[in-house]
Amino acid sequence: MIKRFATLLPVVFGVLCLTFALLHLVPGDPVDVMLGESASAADRTALKAQLGLDQPLLVQFGQYVMHLLQGDFGASIHTQTPISQLLWQAYPATLLLAIVALAIGLSIGVPLGIWSALKAGHWQDVLITMLSIRLAAMPAFWLGPVLMLVFAVWLGWFPVSGMTSHVAIVLPALTLGLGLSAILTRMTRTSLLEVLNEDYIRTARAKGLSERQVLLKHALRAALLPLVTIVGLQMGSLLAGAVITETIFSWNGIGRLLVDSIEKRDYPVTQACVLVVAFSYVLINQATDMVYRWLDPRTRAA
Amino acid sequence: MKTFSLLTLGFWLLVVIMGHAVGLNPNQIDLNAILQWPSSQHWLGTDDLGRDILARVIRGVEVSFLVTVVVTAVTMSIGLSIGLVAGYKGGKLDAALMQLTNIFLAFPGMLLAIAFAAVLGAGINNLILALCLTGWVTYARLTRGQSLALRQRLHVLAAESLGASSLRVMLLHILPLLVSILLVEAAYSMASVMIAEASLSFLGLGIQAPNASWGAMLRDAVRFMLVAPHYVLTVGVCMMSLILAINLGGDVLRDKLDVRSERQA
Repeated sequence: MIKRFATLLPVVFGVLCLTFALLHLVPGDPVDVMLGESASAADRTALKAQLGLDQPLLVQFGQYVMHLLQGDFGASIHTQTPISQLLWQAYPATLLLAIVALAIGLSIGVPLGIWSALKAGHWQDVLITMLSIRLAAMPAFWLGPVLMLVFAVWLGWFPVSGMTSHVAIVLPALTLGLGLSAILTRMTRTSLLEVLNEDYIRTARAKGLSERQVLLKHALRAALLPLVTIVGLQMGSLLAGAVITETIFSWNGIGRLLVDSIEKRDYPVTQACVLVVAFSYVLINQATDMVYRWLDPRTRAA
Repeated sequence: MKTFSLLTLGFWLLVVIMGHAVGLNPNQIDLNAILQWPSSQHWLGTDDLGRDILARVIRGVEVSFLVTVVVTAVTMSIGLSIGLVAGYKGGKLDAALMQLTNIFLAFPGMLLAIAFAAVLGAGINNLILALCLTGWVTYARLTRGQSLALRQRLHVLAAESLGASSLRVMLLHILPLLVSILLVEAAYSMASVMIAEASLSFLGLGIQAPNASWGAMLRDAVRFMLVAPHYVLTVGVCMMSLILAINLGGDVLRDKLDVRSERQA
């Protein structure tokens, strides 16, 4: 366990370097870009000192890492609010959105994929495949507005945007979840079809088990295993897709915080958001890997 | 599937060429005719500044094609070189290069491209730069995996024992065997580059006003969704048709070249 986390260290270090480098990629003087042309010399020096930009690069990096280890992300250059506080407010909202979207994706994608595989070649399969291919080609910044137009504006079932009521999560979560469900449908179908051709399924049928038992006890167990990895990988797209979705629906999560900070040129906040999302992604992938090992007896011994 | 894909791609190419032949004015503002519904004068209606949506859609697809082709060419060249060297040379160089790609892979989806575009500043050049900086990783991984296996092939060993230089082996004996798998990967990744370009423009990080781009148009269209729903719908349908056509084209290419792609969805 500890060994597995040790292999993550180089990646974590690299991620830190890259996010640290972001501020230095700003063309010209980052302080000028952030404060604008009209800022006074005193303000510039103050910000420079606050960001540690007057120090040598290595010292800056050392301080950056040390502060992060203490949970100190610095402060927003506009409001002077500690960034950790902003993250604490935004992160749960994004997490909630991602979890609900994942639940939607799984509860639509897996049953449709199973049905599609069982009816392979029939019109149901063709229809589901056609729909899922089309759904997968709809980026969040189009699916979101369409859902908003139909369900919030025309039908008035849900609020247009914001986080005012409990049902407000439905549309942003659907935006993220429907795209995911399209991918999961295709994956489940492929995986189940492969398994249904295996010898042990024929054996199960030959010994007189009902189709239902064959499916539930033998086929699905093996077929759904690869989905664990897919779900882990897709969590990354969910986190990144949340940037667009949260912007469309005014959902106050990490994605919106990121976009806001970019618009205000509040680069320390931008850096922090990028870092937090990247770390979450690394951890999720590590967790998926461990779940997969635990579920699949073939890899458990290794 | 195949005909749909080819027809759609052909249609958009034709539209771009026709647009140039006719001479479009995608930036012509007419404040007396804002957010109009489709009419004989403006086939797809007008936007919030009275500009012709059709003309802007056509200019948008042109920009989108341009960005996609440039980014795909650059990222493929970079990824290919890194992957070839890492896979063929192996050892410490391979380990170092793969560690580098792992770091880039730790950033999900477009997050890194968003971050790069944010600090580099908006504009088409920085947009291309941001997408190139992050897009080479998949090619590098793919090429490395393939050349790792190809390195053991008999014809490669034969060339090596005849004294061929590493560069010669990589370029003449390994690269040709990678062409089909890279072509398929490129076809699929073109769709994602197109989506990424539109996403960045949607967030205001890409193509800048008054130039037309699908992402920026969608951003405006969402703002005026209540009064002009046709705006968001037309731009979206155009975008979806093109992405779908590219994805299906990738499927066709994959089946034709008989490549077992890692991607199945």
